[in-house]
Amino acid sequence: MSLSIFIIIPLLTVAGILLCKTHQQVKWVAVVGMSLQLLSAITLILMFLAERRAGNMAEVIFTQDYVWYQTLNIHYFVGVDGVSVAMIGLTALVVFAGIFASWDVTDLPREFFTSLILLASGVFGFFISLDLFTMFLFYELAVIPMYLLIGIWGSGPRHYSAMKLTLMLMGGSAFILLGIVGLYINSAPGGGPLTFDLIRISKETLPMDIQRFLFPLLFIGFGVLGAMFPFHTWSPDGHASAPTAVSMLHAGVLMKLGGYGCYRVAVFLLPQAAHEMGWIFLILATIGVIYGALGAIWQKDLKYINAYSSVSHCALVLFAILMFNQTAMNGAIMQMISHGIMTALFFALIGMIYGRTHTRYINEMGGLMKVMPFLAVAYVIGGLASLGLPGFSGFVAEMTIFVGSFQNADTFHRVATIIAASSIVVTAVYILRVVGILLLGQIRNPEYESLTDAKWHDKISVVALIAGITFIGMAPLWLSDMINGGLGPVVQKLMTAGN
Amino acid sequence: MRQELLLIAIAVILLIVEIFLPDSRKQRIILPAILMMAAATVAGFFPGTPGELFGGMYQSTRLTMMLKNILNIGVLIVFIQSVDWLKQPQNQDRISEYFLLMLSTLIGMNYMISAGDFLMFYIGLELATIPIAALAAYERMKERSAEAGVKLIFISALSSGVLLYGLSMIYGTTGTMYFKDIAPLITGAPLQVLAFIFFFSGMAFKISLVPFHLWTADVYEGAPVNVTSYLSVISKGAAVFIFTIILYTVFAKIAVMWSDLLYIITILTITVGNLFALRQQNLKRFLAFSSIAQAGFILLGIIGQSQLGMATVVYFALVYIFSNLGAFGVIGIISNRTGKENMSDYDGLYRTNPNLSLVMMLALFSLAGIPPLAGFFGKFFLFTAAVNQGYYIFTLIALINTIISLYYYLLVIKAMLLNRSDNPIAHFRSDSYSRIGLLICVAGIMAVGFASVIYEMVFSLSFGLY
Repeated sequence: MSLSIFIIIPLLTVAGILLCKTHQQVKWVAVVGMSLQLLSAITLILMFLAERRAGNMAEVIFTQDYVWYQTLNIHYFVGVDGVSVAMIGLTALVVFAGIFASWDVTDLPREFFTSLILLASGVFGFFISLDLFTMFLFYELAVIPMYLLIGIWGSGPRHYSAMKLTLMLMGGSAFILLGIVGLYINSAPGGGPLTFDLIRISKETLPMDIQRFLFPLLFIGFGVLGAMFPFHTWSPDGHASAPTAVSMLHAGVLMKLGGYGCYRVAVFLLPQAAHEMGWIFLILATIGVIYGALGAIWQKDLKYINAYSSVSHCALVLFAILMFNQTAMNGAIMQMISHGIMTALFFALIGMIYGRTHTRYINEMGGLMKVMPFLAVAYVIGGLASLGLPGFSGFVAEMTIFVGSFQNADTFHRVATIIAASSIVVTAVYILRVVGILLLGQIRNPEYESLTDAKWHDKISVVALIAGITFIGMAPLWLSDMINGGLGPVVQKLMTAGN
Repeated sequence: MRQELLLIAIAVILLIVEIFLPDSRKQRIILPAILMMAAATVAGFFPGTPGELFGGMYQSTRLTMMLKNILNIGVLIVFIQSVDWLKQPQNQDRISEYFLLMLSTLIGMNYMISAGDFLMFYIGLELATIPIAALAAYERMKERSAEAGVKLIFISALSSGVLLYGLSMIYGTTGTMYFKDIAPLITGAPLQVLAFIFFFSGMAFKISLVPFHLWTADVYEGAPVNVTSYLSVISKGAAVFIFTIILYTVFAKIAVMWSDLLYIITILTITVGNLFALRQQNLKRFLAFSSIAQAGFILLGIIGQSQLGMATVVYFALVYIFSNLGAFGVIGIISNRTGKENMSDYDGLYRTNPNLSLVMMLALFSLAGIPPLAGFFGKFFLFTAAVNQGYYIFTLIALINTIISLYYYLLVIKAMLLNRSDNPIAHFRSDSYSRIGLLICVAGIMAVGFASVIYEMVFSLSFGLY
């Protein structure tokens, strides 16, 4: 399978959108394009599984490698392993749902969908890239449309939030750039041509002083996008101001770029430094888990609640990655996927509720279960998944993480695990609080009696996401096996580095 | 030599035609002038034979031919962009002078780049500088334009004086003016270091590096937009080219000294340029400070000292020509049509003039180094060249500065796309010349990064210290 279609389809969709005349055409072109993308992602998953079953155990498969800049040895090099296939599936699902969730965009629709899909193409490109240069190119391509999306179509203090988010994320990417160039310059310690090729660099052992310098750069750089405490401050403001589909995409997919980058670049390529300095970031991640959860309790705005909850869940991803063992890392990837779908569902629902009630403050609403049962039930399902109820994807992910992290037998890791695990209780508090105030009880505002339930396009978006959550919750084994296959080389490298 | 001869031929032809054209028909000279310039640009790309003239004073290599081609492209774009402005009634009586002056500065730059000794270098430099002062004062009825011209001529005279003093000391210590004879005789003796400092300061005035940048903003603001874009892109680019060549050939032996000096100047230039750009309201001043910062980024490549370093300098200059001319092109069109040059005037521009806003956005994103535009590749390679030399912290400072620069570029984009205005600039159709000019810029911004062959060619012609 040619992986380049994951970049070509979005670009063709954008071209199609630019040719459209009317609002309706724009939406349908976007729907067709992203449905195709979702189908290709499902095909990719099936073909990948078939390939593995057939015994193709290469580290990355479906590779394509073209030389781009000869003298600098920059390649267009793509390929996937189990982890990236899972992330591509997640992205395709969330983007698909996002298109339907933004059905009501009327102001400059062409520009909106163009930016949204350009952003998506950046994300896809990032996940399939195996060359650090192209990876970084796609990374920035995914971040920049955010400025326009939040600034033009957002709500509240959108100009401020958009600027803050863009500058913080681009600040992070400045660190990443230096990290990547540093990796490139030191990519051939034994002589030979320098390379940006991720797989080739992973076969080398870089000098320790270089690793000590580059690891924090890369981990913090990607960590900013992964909402690592204390660099998470862009996230609540950004999510709260962003339009629905953008919040979905951002919390659901874009923040995963950060986690994936930490795992794929920082930890994988610099394992010795990761072992040496991981504890610093582990402390930060643990703080983030608790801090995000506690933050969510105090918020009154639905989007802020969900944004803080995302900070907490994404910190859990970094927490699990820094445990450096197979089980915990598997949990980390599962958590990324589970949280990606879950949080996209939440933001979609919040957007739909806001579109009807025109407020996001939970105190002003109540009894929505009576007027919009479909959305309310979906919200409860999302909430239950979020607090880790068995049968949903959240349970599988968090269970795996905590089992894995408890395998580290020393006091430091155990204490961190116990602290982080206690966030589950806090999560239950804020989820149930919202469900209680927002959905149950009496309708406080008589105007809400006449509100309508979800429309067909809302339903498509919600059902697609709920299907994802429950499917992974009920049948997690194929996914976790697929991820395990991808984790193998990384964990092995970490193990040898640790001894 | 062919490139210079062609330009001289064009200048002479224009001069003769000018005599026979009555005042009312001066406009007719525009199209032939542009076509001839385009032809000269294309002709420059045919491979020529390297050689030297006047006993080595003038040297033509494949590198210099390429550099001249880059400048030709830039000047061609400037010519196309100026048509709308030249056709305005108050400028109609001196259209041909505009082309003549521009061509003479370009010829001067070509000789400067091809210089094989300091005498030719100096003659070229003067020929390149003096007509620009006349151009800056082109709109003679405007006080600011006249002021810009006077400021520029004074600063040029001062910097040339400083530069000449340095050159005389070099002659005093080595007894020759030829680059290749001087190079082995540079030993780092105190007088030579002093000479180098003078030479460096003179060049720093021309490239407007901090702390020699104070003239830039005033001149850029006062001069007509097209002259400003010429000053900020082509004249600066040419000076950077010859500066790099002289550093890498003549002063190669004291590289340790000048790289320390450049280190400090670079950080100062980038930071000061950025910090001043933050608060600018007038877009010409804004781009003036941003171009100071961009010049600082170019130094990053020079400090790289290797073949990679020079390649990135030239490549970035090429990218910079397209990006900056794109931005100046939009500002020029809007300034011609409405007379508005302030950032707040651009509020809501996208709703009325979407295409112009998009071009501006692309140009600014390219200047900020956002992928997949050309500026990203240019910046990435510059950073690679600096890190390759071990300058990690230095590169980090530069990188943090790119974020500051992103902030102020976003301010303009915010005004155009995000802000709403009660009385935005009304919709207008720009003339076809302006469109072609912008189209070339956009094509360059989009394509130069992807077409790796351009970089490979630049790289193969560059050379390093070792």
